[in-house]
Amino acid sequence: MSLSVTLHHHFPGFALDVAFEAPPGLTALFGRSGSGKTSVINAVAGILRPDQGRISADHTVLLDTSKAINLPPHRRRLGYVFQDARLFPHLTVQQNLRYGRWFAPKGPGPDFEQITDLLGLQSLLHRRPAALSGGEKSRVAIGRALLSNPALLLMDEPFAALDEPRKAELLPYIEALRDRTQTPILYVSHALPEVARLATTLVVMDQGHVLRAGPAAALLADPDLAPAMGLRDAGSVLAAVITAQDADGLTELHTAGGPIWLPRLASPIGTSLRLRIAAQDVILSRHRPEGLSALNILAGTVREIRMTDQGALIQIALGREHLLARVTHRSAQALGLAPGLPIFAIVKSVAAAQTDIGTGIGQKGTA
Amino acid sequence: MSDWFTPDEWRAVALSLRVSVWATLLSLPLGIYVAHVLARRQFWGKQLLNGLVHLPLILPPVVTGYLLLLAFGRKGAVGQYLDQWFGLVLAFKWTGAVVAAAVMAFPLMVRAIRLAFEAVDPKLEQAAGTLGAAPVWVFLTVTLPLILPGILAGAVLAFAKAMGEFGATITFVSNIPGQTQTLPSAIYTFLQVPGGDPQAFRLVLVAIAIAMLALILSEYLSRAIARRIAGT
Repeated sequence: MSLSVTLHHHFPGFALDVAFEAPPGLTALFGRSGSGKTSVINAVAGILRPDQGRISADHTVLLDTSKAINLPPHRRRLGYVFQDARLFPHLTVQQNLRYGRWFAPKGPGPDFEQITDLLGLQSLLHRRPAALSGGEKSRVAIGRALLSNPALLLMDEPFAALDEPRKAELLPYIEALRDRTQTPILYVSHALPEVARLATTLVVMDQGHVLRAGPAAALLADPDLAPAMGLRDAGSVLAAVITAQDADGLTELHTAGGPIWLPRLASPIGTSLRLRIAAQDVILSRHRPEGLSALNILAGTVREIRMTDQGALIQIALGREHLLARVTHRSAQALGLAPGLPIFAIVKSVAAAQTDIGTGIGQKGTA
Repeated sequence: MSDWFTPDEWRAVALSLRVSVWATLLSLPLGIYVAHVLARRQFWGKQLLNGLVHLPLILPPVVTGYLLLLAFGRKGAVGQYLDQWFGLVLAFKWTGAVVAAAVMAFPLMVRAIRLAFEAVDPKLEQAAGTLGAAPVWVFLTVTLPLILPGILAGAVLAFAKAMGEFGATITFVSNIPGQTQTLPSAIYTFLQVPGGDPQAFRLVLVAIAIAMLALILSEYLSRAIARRIAGT
């Protein structure tokens, strides 16, 4: 199923004007605070009624102002995970989880046991929301949304209230959701590492407009978009498959630009992973470097160069994938970088996260 | 109980209890509705409705009673039709005392329930909507359970106010022993009779006891609502 959104709405002093498609998978709405992300997701949920617009999920029209169609939220069959979990305080965790089930269409829905297992909620079922930690509340909120058997899942910075360790604990659940269920997910975030790890489709928003929308890997490696992403965080993602577990404690992965070694990853051989490489963690060399301690050297060709006032952004083609690197103007000139030039990228740091059915949990390593 | 009171006293206490229970129960649905409207909706004339609801709190009770007489008397604007169509006569009947007590207690009831509505986060109701609950179900499964202690507190306050209602009642339905002579009317009557003081005093103690119990219960219930919304 895919979602199609076109919206125009005037707020006092702010205009929202967006159009995008969200194919199956996880579509991240990314942008700074105040760029209009939450308004978009609220319009999809039916909480905000835009001045003009059309929202459809496959053949179901949720909103069409030109035909005066506007389904109320309870008839849109969506699961909305709010930033503030919004659990019902007078109900136990179990009753909260089952709440949406009462109103969902009869017939087979998601399995209660399976969802509570997936989210690690078994031991919490008889507690009240007030007795839960922030992370537990988020997990219950996600479970509650899923168990209402939604046709579409909306998540508005579900982890905004959580610290890093909590977040790291929950991200694998979202990855599992993305890969194991057919339900499209619309995910609002202003944290690029999170988006790079989760998104299959990316919608970059700025001041109420869509800057760019498309496949996440392509947009993340686009030097034109890097300033909007924030230069410190900008970076590309590469697909990788575990090919060997070496005896010296390293795991070998195959990528389009050659092998990469990371400190031991627990996942079995054949597991697909998504590697995130920050642009500032890439060093470029015209020749294959020798006598270097760095293990991870990828071979490619320069595809595009963009000068910014904080350095040069270089997009490097590795087969059909792309790597983004950030170097100084001086280096870019000294190396004589130009499109078509063969180049070697020395990768200083890699973050790995699972992309398919598996039990591995995202790991970060340098080698 | 009946050994402690003379039949007249007992009749007054029993009548007051009956009038107050009916006044509370009958006005509760309207009270919840009006409290909801005042707490949640924006509309033209909201201040007017708010004023109207609170008017009996401010007006001299004798004025309220007189207005009730004009409206619901046998020849009153509404009263004549009640008589013609339903054979319902309010003036100088215990049913009229119920109406007087309900009108006088209404502001207190609405106030307590309105505060409870305002303490419920509308975001929770929104969340229930996204989970597939139609507005009626949102109200029944989320809003109502959360404000239940507030409703009970409002009902208890209204009951206590109804027990004590005097001015509007005596103006509207007079002071007929066994018919419309409520507890306060009985106290008033005994005080008018030489040597009636001991009887009046016993009823005063009953009035104090009922008022205290109601206040304690109401306090307990309003704490319960706070706990419930905090979810502990």
